[in-house]
Amino acid sequence: MASLKELKGRINSVKSTQKITKAKQMVAAAKLRKAQAAAEAARPYATRLNAVMASLAGRVIGREGAPKLLAGTGKDQRHMLVVANSDKGLAGAFNSNIVRAALLKAKELRAEGKDVDFYLVGRKGRAPIRRAYPNNIAQMFDTTEVREPGYAEAERIVAELMEMFQAGKFDVAHLFYSTFKSALTQDPTRVQIIPVPAPEVADTSTAAVEYEPDEEEILAELLPRYLKTQVFGALLENQASEQGASMTAMDNATRNAGELIQKLTIQYNRSRQAAITTELIEIIAGAEAL
Amino acid sequence: MALHFELVTPARLVRSEDVYMVVVPGTEGEFGVLEGHAPVMSTIRDGAVQIYRTEGAAPESIEVRGGFAEVGANGLTVLAEHVEG
Repeated sequence: MASLKELKGRINSVKSTQKITKAKQMVAAAKLRKAQAAAEAARPYATRLNAVMASLAGRVIGREGAPKLLAGTGKDQRHMLVVANSDKGLAGAFNSNIVRAALLKAKELRAEGKDVDFYLVGRKGRAPIRRAYPNNIAQMFDTTEVREPGYAEAERIVAELMEMFQAGKFDVAHLFYSTFKSALTQDPTRVQIIPVPAPEVADTSTAAVEYEPDEEEILAELLPRYLKTQVFGALLENQASEQGASMTAMDNATRNAGELIQKLTIQYNRSRQAAITTELIEIIAGAEAL
Repeated sequence: MALHFELVTPARLVRSEDVYMVVVPGTEGEFGVLEGHAPVMSTIRDGAVQIYRTEGAAPESIEVRGGFAEVGANGLTVLAEHVEG
């Protein structure tokens, strides 16, 4: 049986842990709202760009000289897995879920005899992926210096990826992130980003559109932008997911700490009473002996 | 009797309003868009988008960098990567 003093110390330490988890939970709730608003605000651009992409790509696809980003390199050998994680923990299984999805895909690709490389965004994915594939980390993108990864980061990530793609370092790129469903559920998601999957051809009836310069040139400009938007969207989703996961995890932790405090307090009171009883018995026994 | 104009960046919807005319800095030269303009899709160079709220009014300029302009049935949409101001 632990001594009274030890118990008291434990209760205090659990109490201060509870304070931390509670604070983190409230911070996450506030940040979640912000992240959701940001994701909301990014939607109009993405939808419009998608529409433009769909109408353009439908015309150019299958033609000679379609841009590489759209048509691919013609091979399917080297795969780049872009894994977007967060920089901070205390978010439950958020990061490990993304990493698990990426590693699963990597294993699958390896089994098919393909080469797999990783491009890691954020700090939290580094350790587990490095452990599994120590020699296949192509690049680690650091987001620790910025508060919230935004469009500027998406731009830089895409620029680096494009450079590697043009240098022929990979044929296909997949992006892993977590889709925000609700504060309780976040789904690890994989999308192929390079070559750009052909959007569903909407309607080709808008035939009278004039293009300036011409379609190919517009498409060549549009593709990197489309990629950036996708990465940006993924970063935003990831942020909302991270905060959601963090909120839920911290809520659980706070509740667990509460339960633990209750149990420890009962134990503490019991041993205190036991100590008092023993003391009384000793006094009474002493008085009777006189 | 007005042109519906939208200016969108990845971060937010900057403008969505009905105006008289917008002058867009296309890569192959500036062009003004009035209501009922034929469908056009153009890349834009860095420069100012000028918005004329009413006929003859002084234009409002918004600096944009990198993007597209699309004129369709539902007006003019400018997709810009960066907007100043």
